[in-house]
Amino acid sequence: MSSENSYYVPEQSKLPLAAAASMGLMAYGAASWVIDGGTSTIFLIGTLIMASVMYRWWSLVIEENTQGIVSDQLKYSYVLGMYWFIFSELMFFVCFFGSLFYVRVLVGPWLAGDAAIGWFDDTATDAAIANATHLWPGYDATWPPLVTPDQVVTLAANPDVTEFKFKGPEHAMSFPGWSFGQLFAWLPLWNTVVLLTSSGTVHLAHHALKEGNRKKFVTWLGVTVLLGIIFLILQAEEYIHAYQELGLTLDSGIYGTTFFLLTGFHGAHVTLGTMMLLIAFLRGVKGHFNETDHFGFEAAAWYWHFVDVIWVGLFLIVYVLG
Amino acid sequence: MAHGPSENFFNRWLFSTSHKDIGTLYLWFSFAMFLLGGFFAMVIRAELFQPGMQLIKPEFFVQMTTMHGLVMVFGAIMPAFVGLANWMIPMMIGAPDMALPRMNNLSFWLLPFAFAILTSTLFMEGGGPNFGWTFYAPLSTTYAPDSVNYFIFAVHIMGASSIMGSINIIATVMNMRAPGMTYMKMPMFVWTWLITAFLLVAVMPVLAGLVTMMLMDINFGTSFFDAAGGGDPVLFQHVFWFFGHPEVYIIILPAFGVISQIIPTFSRKPLFGYSSMVYATASIAFLSFVVWAHHMFTVGMPIAGELYFMYATMLIAVPTGVKVFNWITTMYKGALTFETPMLFSVAFVILFTFGGFTGMMLSIAAADIQYHDTYFVVAHFHYVMVAGAVFSGTAAVYYWLPKWCGKMYDETMGKVQFWLAFISFNITFMPQHFLGLAGMPRRYSDYGLQFADWNMVSSIGAFLYGGAQLLFLYNVIRTIGWGKPISDPQVWEGAQGLEWTVPTPAPFHTFSTPPVIK
Repeated sequence: MSSENSYYVPEQSKLPLAAAASMGLMAYGAASWVIDGGTSTIFLIGTLIMASVMYRWWSLVIEENTQGIVSDQLKYSYVLGMYWFIFSELMFFVCFFGSLFYVRVLVGPWLAGDAAIGWFDDTATDAAIANATHLWPGYDATWPPLVTPDQVVTLAANPDVTEFKFKGPEHAMSFPGWSFGQLFAWLPLWNTVVLLTSSGTVHLAHHALKEGNRKKFVTWLGVTVLLGIIFLILQAEEYIHAYQELGLTLDSGIYGTTFFLLTGFHGAHVTLGTMMLLIAFLRGVKGHFNETDHFGFEAAAWYWHFVDVIWVGLFLIVYVLG
Repeated sequence: MAHGPSENFFNRWLFSTSHKDIGTLYLWFSFAMFLLGGFFAMVIRAELFQPGMQLIKPEFFVQMTTMHGLVMVFGAIMPAFVGLANWMIPMMIGAPDMALPRMNNLSFWLLPFAFAILTSTLFMEGGGPNFGWTFYAPLSTTYAPDSVNYFIFAVHIMGASSIMGSINIIATVMNMRAPGMTYMKMPMFVWTWLITAFLLVAVMPVLAGLVTMMLMDINFGTSFFDAAGGGDPVLFQHVFWFFGHPEVYIIILPAFGVISQIIPTFSRKPLFGYSSMVYATASIAFLSFVVWAHHMFTVGMPIAGELYFMYATMLIAVPTGVKVFNWITTMYKGALTFETPMLFSVAFVILFTFGGFTGMMLSIAAADIQYHDTYFVVAHFHYVMVAGAVFSGTAAVYYWLPKWCGKMYDETMGKVQFWLAFISFNITFMPQHFLGLAGMPRRYSDYGLQFADWNMVSSIGAFLYGGAQLLFLYNVIRTIGWGKPISDPQVWEGAQGLEWTVPTPAPFHTFSTPPVIK
């Protein structure tokens, strides 16, 4: 609800148009980059302009806040903005989780000529039967799929072929079993520990800030940033392991596809979250926040918790039940 | 913020933070896109005027149908309603501006860049997008021209624009209402936009995810939509329509809001069943998430899926019926007058209901096997998109233009435009039902001789309808330039709401001090 004459409507600004133009450059540049023979020049120019616009835009917002022209009501607009931004991010992941569910529960059996799940689909459809008789005879659906339909059909025609359009992974990233040694060597478990701990440390930082203990706040926030970086290093390690030792790549069929896209986009969001926390950390060192006014940090902390929740979903669905 | 707009033309329009100026930008941009998409439609109808290939090649024809759909949906209709939201929501809830004015300008300026990239694909090697506005894989992946990459990133920018625009609308409605403006006192237009904005924030990221999967499949070896790797082209359709079905409500809900403002004004009665209107809108939004596969009845789903999606779809008729009956009951025993906005609104109710009924026919899974991908579908969605969204947008412009610029449009010319649009619209699209039922498929550049007569009729109607839009453009420009000045804040005798309490024309700043609503 509006209170009297307090809402700050900013003056005209060149930043939005500059941001839109740089995003246009980034989009055009990215498209021309991925096409064969393209270069990244335009994309990089767009990214640089975008980075400087973002720096100036947020500097402006911080400056407005320090000047005290930001009313409580405007602050709540920022809060709402962050809520719904996180909701939109959640829906982005829903898209990929939903796709994983669909290919895993329905498409696999259908490609093998079976019905998918009893109560929903108790007899194989004509399309599924046609898959098994005409398109992919001999394909057997399992999860994780270590062979692709393409591989099965190509090998049936000529057992000597070694090159495929999509070659299944030699190993999947699944749960290794309950023995201590295996669990200890299982990177995703360590990643879970690191990320859950970081959610705790960012919470401690928040508490310290609310108590007005700046030193404690900065320390715990610094620990959180470090844990974020450790997570990213471990994930890079895991990807190298997948590519070099497990034969698990982007083109190893639907398993590699869903594995890398889900964990990759999560990793991208961890990177973004770490950057947000790092900025909050640097601002904290400069003394920007106080007990009651610290939304720049709080928004980053919410985002971090969100990234953590997504990871728990990933860990259970992609790894443990994978 | 006490002073008026910048004196410098470029400063005013490029760097704006005013909801009114940004709303104006949105509206002009969307009209420009409407003319561009309309031009594509004229090319399509000119080619289909007679059987055989006359003017363009089939490869270019499919680019025209694709670009017509994309430009109209994402460039014309959606920005038009965002423009109306920008202008009207702050004035309707007693707010000084949108909640986040700078982000508002960013949302707008992303669109010209997105559509510049999208339109530029037509001039690229291999041509522009040629896979239909629904861009099903593998047409849009394995068999697509290189320009599909530009299409993908253009869609990303449009999505970013929509998400930021909707977050802004949600924040404005939730945080900026004047004291006493409770949720259940908000005008229907504000309610429908609040729910629409929620739909946008929920499904635009799904569209972004979808085009990202396409990008990966095309360039980085993944197999989301390739059965050879264990994926499925049908996955594309499921994800697309999980976005696409809420998307059609994103287009029509604000139209419902506009009609719910206009009909009470010219009936001189309050809206009948206000709270049922709110609940019906929310129900439609909820149902829009659980009916998507009714677009895919012929794809080979299990019978249980077909049945579920059929019945769930039919359920939407209930809240939609509530709305139609409420509009009719609002008019019942009202002191009706038929100015141009009211004419368009009454036509909306009739033609939208007609389009809703053909939607019911399409929702019957068994019957849809016959109708699927025919001109019957084309006719159906043009009844709800054109006679629905575009008519209500036109009605909104006539209704609020006097408040925006302080000048009255030419009523006679408005009525001429209405009758021309109403008649030519029906000449264009009514015959397409017959063509579809007789089996003419959509998206083809040529057809059998048995379809020749109705196609010619349809093309003549389309050219007339295009002409009616030029008359609309002329009437708007004439009003802004030389219209009869008016100063009555009320403008329309029966109009209710805060936007009619501010002076006419609306000053640059309204409600710097919030009004108190009793």
